[in-house]
Amino acid sequence: MIRDITIGQYYPAESPIHRLDPRVKIVCTLLFLVSLFIQNSLPGYVIATIFLGCVISMSRVPVKYIVKGLKPIVILLMFTVVMNLFLTRGGDTLVHFWIFTITEEGLRTSVFMAVRLIYLVMGSSIMTFTTSPNGLTDGLEKLLRPLNKINVPVHEVAMMMSIALRFIPILLEETDKIMKAQIARGADFESGNIIQRAKAMTPILVPLFVSAFRRANDLAMAMEARCYNGGEGRTKMKPLRYKAQDRWAYVITVIYMIVIFAVGRFVPFKLWIF
Amino acid sequence: MKMIHAEKLVYEYDKRDEEGNVIGTNRAIDGVDIDVPQGSFVAVLGHNGSGKSTLAKHMNAILVPTGGTMWVDGRDTRDPAELWNVRQTAGMVFQNPDNQIIGTVVEEDVGFGPENLGVPTDEIWKRVEDSLRSVGMLEYRKSSPNKLSGGQKQRVAIAGVIAMEPKCIVLDEPTAMLDPNGRREVIRAVEKLRKEKNVTVILITHYMEEVIDADQVFVMDDGHIVMHGTPREIFSRVDELKSYRMDVPQVTMLAEELRKRGLDLPRGILRREELVEALCRLR
Ligand SMILES: Nc1ncnc2c1ncn2[C@@H]1O[C@H](COP(=O)(O)OP(=O)(O)OP(=O)(O)O)[C@@H](O)[C@H]1O
Ligand SMILES: [Mg+2]
Repeated sequence: MIRDITIGQYYPAESPIHRLDPRVKIVCTLLFLVSLFIQNSLPGYVIATIFLGCVISMSRVPVKYIVKGLKPIVILLMFTVVMNLFLTRGGDTLVHFWIFTITEEGLRTSVFMAVRLIYLVMGSSIMTFTTSPNGLTDGLEKLLRPLNKINVPVHEVAMMMSIALRFIPILLEETDKIMKAQIARGADFESGNIIQRAKAMTPILVPLFVSAFRRANDLAMAMEARCYNGGEGRTKMKPLRYKAQDRWAYVITVIYMIVIFAVGRFVPFKLWIF
Repeated sequence: MKMIHAEKLVYEYDKRDEEGNVIGTNRAIDGVDIDVPQGSFVAVLGHNGSGKSTLAKHMNAILVPTGGTMWVDGRDTRDPAELWNVRQTAGMVFQNPDNQIIGTVVEEDVGFGPENLGVPTDEIWKRVEDSLRSVGMLEYRKSSPNKLSGGQKQRVAIAGVIAMEPKCIVLDEPTAMLDPNGRREVIRAVEKLRKEKNVTVILITHYMEEVIDADQVFVMDDGHIVMHGTPREIFSRVDELKSYRMDVPQVTMLAEELRKRGLDLPRGILRREELVEALCRLR
């Protein structure tokens, strides 16, 4: 089940998007997400679709893979569409029966809202698909470095993220092992109601936590033994440096933002989430 | 020059009750003197809880002595100003391969140490490549550590230490969690290093077969060094070793049993060929 979730995973491939600096991808993704909210009109969405479509085709990540990433938001998506469809009033009435009314405005809003949500997820997952976890943490570390001045431990948080990413598969495997060991001792995780099942998880969680803490302790010692002393005075094996392609990516995204903003000015500005 | 030198080393762990209050101390190392010359290969043996790991952690300044002194390459490990120098001089490889690999890609993990030392980027790449090659893991440089076997992970960990260019490597039971194949891989990598880079090697182990090439062997028991000598000297004292709950290599054991039955064999036979030769000479 956990393996089904593709959102947030890395899809290794050779593509111009993969080669971009992680910082570019983070910033441009944020800009793209903003662009979805500063306009709410058909021309705007057409432009956003073209932009997203180009990026996806350049990234060489299969569309099927990206669509699979939408799975976790299906319920939210349906909820949003239904709420908007029936509760937004305005314009001509299209359908009316019993207490339900669908108006032109409702249809418009719900379709746009759905598109907006889908693009939101697609846009951010294209970033994680094309950036290795380390690239992502390095990029974040460098982007957020100014926060160091107000005492946010940026390097430490980035280090924690990358260690978490390394240990997630190990801990998943360990969970599996413990589960099998408990099943061999007669534990039952399949039957009973939710509360009973949650209770049955205790004999898994306790050994898992114990082992996670032992690992953390070992790892801290290993890091210290290798002269790890926080971010100060560290050099980078793979330092982030902007290249020509990264500047072009920024330029293109900014042009896209300007166009979409201009479109937003002509059409009434609306900021609706639901 | 002495690489590792300890005098009357004592280390006490605090004993704590359930609330975490100190209720006493547990002496894990008790008056240990050792001397390891530069470039030599030293093995430390001892049964569980004899204080081997505690001693190893002193060589890297992870622990500092509660009594006595430990010098690493002439530096007192208690001196905070020397801490990072000590850790760079004596690299450490631990038992569990999973819990000492920090990077999500092999080459990035090997680069972790040099990054911490502030080595320039080009130099890091060179070191990473060299050290991965010297443990025979260069072809896996782009792999995820999670996909490697135990022996391979341990060799990556060794490469990670070598990339810091230490003068001395301390290996704390690096083969304890590996199968025989993995054990052989790791020991071979360590031997190669010793020959090529002339690093001092301190190997802590449970496996007697791994120590027969050592220049010196220390046997620990209950925080003391109870035996010290060349492997041949140590393994000729089979009964004494047994009293410290230690095994001897199978060949040595066999020769010892044969000797007890009246065969005229020399003491301290370490290798199969030696035994064969000695037996042939009998006729
Ligand atoms: N973190 C600790 N806190 C308290 N006591 C400890 C700690 N680590 C080790 N000890 C104690 O110190 C003594 C020596 O332990 P040490 O780990 O050095 O033994 P070892 O020879 O490495 O054993 P093993 O073969 O099991 O690795 C033991 O009695 C142990 O219980
Ligand atoms: Mg130990």
